[in-house]
Amino acid sequence: MRDLAELARRIVGWAGDGEQVEAYVAWSRDTSVRVYGGDIESLSSAESEGVGVRVVADNRQGFAYAGSLDDDVLAETLAEARDNASFATPDEAVGLAAPDGVEPASLDLWRDELAAMATDDKVSMALELERRVRAGDGRIRQVESSNYGDGMGHVALASTTGVEATYRRTGCFLSVHALAGDADQTQSGSGYSVGRAPDDLDLDEAAEEAVDRAVRLLGATKPRSARLPVVFDRRVTSTLLGVLSGTFSGEAVLKGRSLFADRLGQSVAAPSVTLVDDPTDADAYGASPYDAEGLACRRNALIEDGVLSRFLYDTYSARRSSTSSTASAVRAGFKSGPGVGCRALTLTPGAGSFDDVLRTVGDGLLVQSITGVHSGVNPVSGDFSVGAEGLMIRHGQVAEPIREATIASTLQRMLLEVIAIGGDLEWLPGIAAGVTLAVDGMSLSGA
Amino acid sequence: MIHNDVLERVLGGALRTGGEFAEVFVEDRRSTSASLDDGRVEELGSGRDRGAGIRVVVGDTTGFAHTADLTERGLTEAAAAASAAARGGGGGVRTVALAPAGSAPAPSFRIPPEDVAKARKVELLQRADEAARGAGSAIKQVTVGYGDSRRRIQVANSDGLLAEDDQVRTRFSVHCVATGDTGMQTGYETAAFTVGFELFDRVQIEDVALTAARRALAKLSARPAPSGVVPVVLKGGSGGILFHEACGHGLEADHIIKDSSVYCGRVGDRVASPLVTLVDDGTVGDQWGTFAVDDEGHPARRNVLIEDGVLTDYMWDWLRARKEGRDTSGNGRRQSYQHLPMVRMTNTYLLAGRDDPEEIVRQTPQGIYVAQLGGGQVNTATGDFVFGMTEAYLIENGEITDPIRDANLIGNGPDVLGRIDALADDFAMTPGTCGKDGQAVPVGCGQPTLRVTGVTVGGTAGA
Repeated sequence: MRDLAELARRIVGWAGDGEQVEAYVAWSRDTSVRVYGGDIESLSSAESEGVGVRVVADNRQGFAYAGSLDDDVLAETLAEARDNASFATPDEAVGLAAPDGVEPASLDLWRDELAAMATDDKVSMALELERRVRAGDGRIRQVESSNYGDGMGHVALASTTGVEATYRRTGCFLSVHALAGDADQTQSGSGYSVGRAPDDLDLDEAAEEAVDRAVRLLGATKPRSARLPVVFDRRVTSTLLGVLSGTFSGEAVLKGRSLFADRLGQSVAAPSVTLVDDPTDADAYGASPYDAEGLACRRNALIEDGVLSRFLYDTYSARRSSTSSTASAVRAGFKSGPGVGCRALTLTPGAGSFDDVLRTVGDGLLVQSITGVHSGVNPVSGDFSVGAEGLMIRHGQVAEPIREATIASTLQRMLLEVIAIGGDLEWLPGIAAGVTLAVDGMSLSGA
Repeated sequence: MIHNDVLERVLGGALRTGGEFAEVFVEDRRSTSASLDDGRVEELGSGRDRGAGIRVVVGDTTGFAHTADLTERGLTEAAAAASAAARGGGGGVRTVALAPAGSAPAPSFRIPPEDVAKARKVELLQRADEAARGAGSAIKQVTVGYGDSRRRIQVANSDGLLAEDDQVRTRFSVHCVATGDTGMQTGYETAAFTVGFELFDRVQIEDVALTAARRALAKLSARPAPSGVVPVVLKGGSGGILFHEACGHGLEADHIIKDSSVYCGRVGDRVASPLVTLVDDGTVGDQWGTFAVDDEGHPARRNVLIEDGVLTDYMWDWLRARKEGRDTSGNGRRQSYQHLPMVRMTNTYLLAGRDDPEEIVRQTPQGIYVAQLGGGQVNTATGDFVFGMTEAYLIENGEITDPIRDANLIGNGPDVLGRIDALADDFAMTPGTCGKDGQAVPVGCGQPTLRVTGVTVGGTAGA
């Protein structure tokens, strides 16, 4: 493999007078295995690499990327970014990050075992997962797909403003989608396990999860409409936090698109709610020593005991807001420039178990999965409406399954109406941890 | 792009270890994007993606590898990796002779994006920003996006197929935030076609901007959406996403072959109201989901999926069609050379009926009128699907009245399709992005004004 840091420095070395240049160079190797019916359906393995270049000149910024690290392509990409900069509106706040003295957390996100694992062993895990799901319950009629996937990546970042950052990480996952039922009714459920190395993966947990989730929905019917408390399963909570994350962006605040814009220091959630973004937590799936501009990631508390305490900033939005970056720049790989985002959001867990949360709620709805998050949640207005399936809660225990219903409220109300947070914190793929969460006053729409 | 001799040698090598089928997919994609936000042209971006994906099929197993190295050495290495992944045994040398295949008429573009000065693209952004802000002082924020791409593909396979396509797409979108006493609301509008910069000869960007602004402004006085089952009238061209989700995905052959669709085994059955004739058509003019050949090198086709309410066929890619011993329907698509192709929709639309759209509203005593839909999602195995409304109004005593806030609607595919009881003689299409298994492709959706007798609306107000 090429020396990515050297490549990044070389591109930065081509900067002209009075010009800021940043190079983000990435390499990754990914393997994915899908099995079906006891056989490999597809197996793919490939390396990719590329570079994203930002140029700032005369208070204007341009960006270009290329999915190649060949010399001629690097020069062409820098030239494109430079040309693109000349068309932007001049803005004094535009500029690259400069080191701010914060030391990066010492995070070990790389596992040699993953790089050394034989392809046959990866295939075996996916086959074994499929077998366990089929054997898990007589009502499983189909395993739609059973997957093993992994990836390892290196990133190097350099800039004319003195940034030099490199890091590498590994990750792997198992996922399985099961169908339960017969000719009259089908229900589906999925199971996952994620980790940094194959040893972290738990075949039984993924298999049991898929089986339980599919089987327990058998016989589900459309519920009657009602207003009731809802308990979100850990996975659903993680999705909800992901949706909510954009409202803490300093850029959204600056541009009048955050529903919390004027609320700093005010109570925006129930007193039990403390929400933190901490990419320096090694257990977090999104843990990272550096942000996407090369500043050391740090812990940022967003809501403390129900009070809105902080917004997140990258370098540009911080300058425009007369504050400093919270090292919250993120980017979707080398193909895009940085923007503000979370990496490791978590609600501070409560003391009780999942069963304790159900008992606290008494009568309500346990939601095991939601659909239509992108079409039914408007993070600007706060309107919240999603498809839901799960189990009714009666007298503190799960009861009959329901399907083809929606739950609705607003993000603002939901935060204020949190009535219980479980102690069952779990890091999941994505930018947020899961924890059982109970919210009152939700509208269930059904028959 | 890659010379035939090289492709023939690479394909021959890919089959050396016993592969039954091999394919090289070469892609060279250049793109430009520009965005204006908060009154500033924030950033212009350019992208270049170039590489090849190689797959080798042995029995029911597909091996896949991709590379950004388009030299013969790079392609040969990727072919060896794909071949090893497919775990071919034995075999022997097979020679491959390529011959150009047929294609659907290619959507023609007049003005390739690379021939247009960036300054002209930027100017469009500023005009849209001005127009949107001019719509009302409550418009507090405007984001304008411009994007173009030119994607050249070349497909060669061991059956001797050789095909090429040159796909140019251009899109323009405006997102507005309006602020009032009740908080903030958003409005969105987009124009996107498989054309070059001539898009702006027919699309007035001020109209796009005003439509987005008007949507945000209208919702400032919106009431909460109802909760429960109500009659729903969908405006012609409001999204067509209803059919994309209610049955489109469920008619994709990969779900059928795995028995994970409610439409499995139902060809010849009535699956919708007799008013419904549904078509998936990759050849419609220059719509967003149009192309000459699919990403497996086969011509785009017009395929009737449901005729007068009866299911006539599913959508097929090469791999699934081969399993059933039939022809592909030209629905094999992939996001990029780094992805395996699978069964995907192109432009999916419902044919128009005979009713007067205004009469349909007048004949609806109570209900909701949806003027714009957002995205949606479906569970093909159960048929349950959601779709979001981003511009909608109450219907009271046969008249469109107050705007309502964004919400999802939920239904079950075969059930909702059976409840369509009125179909108008108007028709319009809209562009969208379809996501499946982590891959995004451009698609079109179309539909006339229609009524569904009852759908569950996921609002918060008592219905």
